[in-house]
Amino acid sequence: MKTFLILGAGTGGTMVANKMAHELDPQEWRIIIVDKFETHYYQPGFLFIPFGIYSPNDVIKPKRDFIPHNVEYVLSDIELIEPDKNRVTLQKENKIINYDYLVVSTGTQIHPEETEGMAEDGWHENKFDFYTIEGATALSRFLKFWKGGRMVLNITEMPIKCPVAPLEFLFLADWFFHERGMRDNVEIVFATPLDGAFTKPRASSVLGGMLDQKGINLVPDFNIGWVDNDKQAIVSYDEQEVEYDLLVTIPTNMGAEVIDRSGMGDELNYVPIDKHTLQSDKWENVWVIGDAGNAPTSKAGSVAHFMLEILIENILRHMEGLEPLPKFDGHANCYIESGFEKGILIDFNYDVEPLPGKFPLPGFGPFSLLKESAANHWGKMAFRWIYWNILLKGGEMPFESQMTMAGKWA
Amino acid sequence: MSLLETVSLNEEGFLTNPEEWTKEIAVEMAKGEGIEDLSEDHWMIIDFCRESAVDSGSAPTLRQITKGTGISTKVLFGLFPKGPAKKVAKISGLGKPEGCV
Ligand SMILES: Cc1cc2nc3c(=O)[nH]c(=O)nc-3n(C[C@H](O)[C@H](O)[C@H](O)COP(=O)(O)OP(=O)(O)OC[C@H]3O[C@@H](n4cnc5c(N)ncnc54)[C@H](O)[C@@H]3O)c2cc1C
Repeated sequence: MKTFLILGAGTGGTMVANKMAHELDPQEWRIIIVDKFETHYYQPGFLFIPFGIYSPNDVIKPKRDFIPHNVEYVLSDIELIEPDKNRVTLQKENKIINYDYLVVSTGTQIHPEETEGMAEDGWHENKFDFYTIEGATALSRFLKFWKGGRMVLNITEMPIKCPVAPLEFLFLADWFFHERGMRDNVEIVFATPLDGAFTKPRASSVLGGMLDQKGINLVPDFNIGWVDNDKQAIVSYDEQEVEYDLLVTIPTNMGAEVIDRSGMGDELNYVPIDKHTLQSDKWENVWVIGDAGNAPTSKAGSVAHFMLEILIENILRHMEGLEPLPKFDGHANCYIESGFEKGILIDFNYDVEPLPGKFPLPGFGPFSLLKESAANHWGKMAFRWIYWNILLKGGEMPFESQMTMAGKWA
Repeated sequence: MSLLETVSLNEEGFLTNPEEWTKEIAVEMAKGEGIEDLSEDHWMIIDFCRESAVDSGSAPTLRQITKGTGISTKVLFGLFPKGPAKKVAKISGLGKPEGCV
């Protein structure tokens, strides 16, 4: 019996388990998936919790519901990966699993403790993240009774997962304060290490224009050094200060600690991979999907989905002794909530930055690219249903893995 | 004629042809970034960035620089004020650091 081992049952790992359960002969293979949590979080939903649009119940389901019956699900933290020995040690009972193929899908997590003064006094009292269920829920309680003041949103350092989420948060906050008739009492500030609203120039100028329109102040090139809790200010390495009444932070994002312990990661614990084949640089039976790898594209569920088919095909080819195909082009697409029941859609890859146009989605679209529309908002809201019912199960989606230029205005 | 007029730069002032880089160009570029003298520490970081780019094909990020050289972020900001990753990439004749996607 051969072993196909998947580490991490989040978006990527769950999809791989579902696909592989179809592809591999159960007489020949056993498939095991390991995760330390029982609950699957629909992370894109975290964005809506602070504003009371979703409640925590809307974004959680048992992981087991999404793992096929012929896949063994092990609930444990992962202690160590030894790719040279083809084995993994679990924390639970120090169990050792020897594998033939390994898929790493341990994602990326936030580390507020990387910034001096952040995870200390006042953490989740007037300083919040919204990248965890705990942070998003604490922030929702805070916002319910907040009378106003200066809200500062800060990105600690790039890369972060879902790089558009901070902008969406700002747009939704502007809308939320308007709805409550208190927008005039809130100053919204966006302090970012980037030199503009976003990483890609065309999208950055459109999104920057929207910040302006909504009266959100941009502080670019701001590299946070520490938090001055007495002054309630974030201070940059070059000692600019931005004071806050409410701080919303996107902390440093890093790959799982087990990647570091196992000596498999780069300086942020991301596993180096071939960005076109998704195979590890060092071990040919190790493959990576989703946020855990170092591919220079967005860390997003949509990207994990675009990786899926290519990853599966390449693993199956490798099992047959064939070369993997360099087919992954970095395709990402993101709905950006822009408030007032509108949204923007951007679509890009390694080589092509987000461009204006229409995204041709048979049966759903077209959705306007890089332009606000109500359809884009409803697309985002429908995504939760699609995520639970189609995406996680590795079902057919009306998207292509590789990006198409159809409908784009280059 | 300034040395910088002999090489081709993009609109953000990065060299478009890395082959054209020389130490003299680095000195001129540093001046353009408000750094009058390049100290030994500056050169250590520039060397690290150039070597790292040979291996990886792109300019290193802030974290790669601090981890690779052992210099703290705070000191790095002292040496290359305001956005050291971008500044040192420019002075080292490399493209704008990717890292942001
Ligand atoms: C606020 C927010 C908004 C977002 N919005 C969007 C959006 O609109 N569109 C979009 O496409 N994407 C969005 N994303 C990103 C998306 O959720 C992630 O990119 C996606 O879930 C990545 O999947 P993954 O499988 O790589 O990692 P994950 O889904 O995070 O799964 C990793 C799994 O590994 C497990 N794990 C880690 N370490 C260990 C260990 N040591 N032992 C055992 N198990 C371990 C974890 O428990 C987890 O279950 C958003 C994310 C956030 C936080």
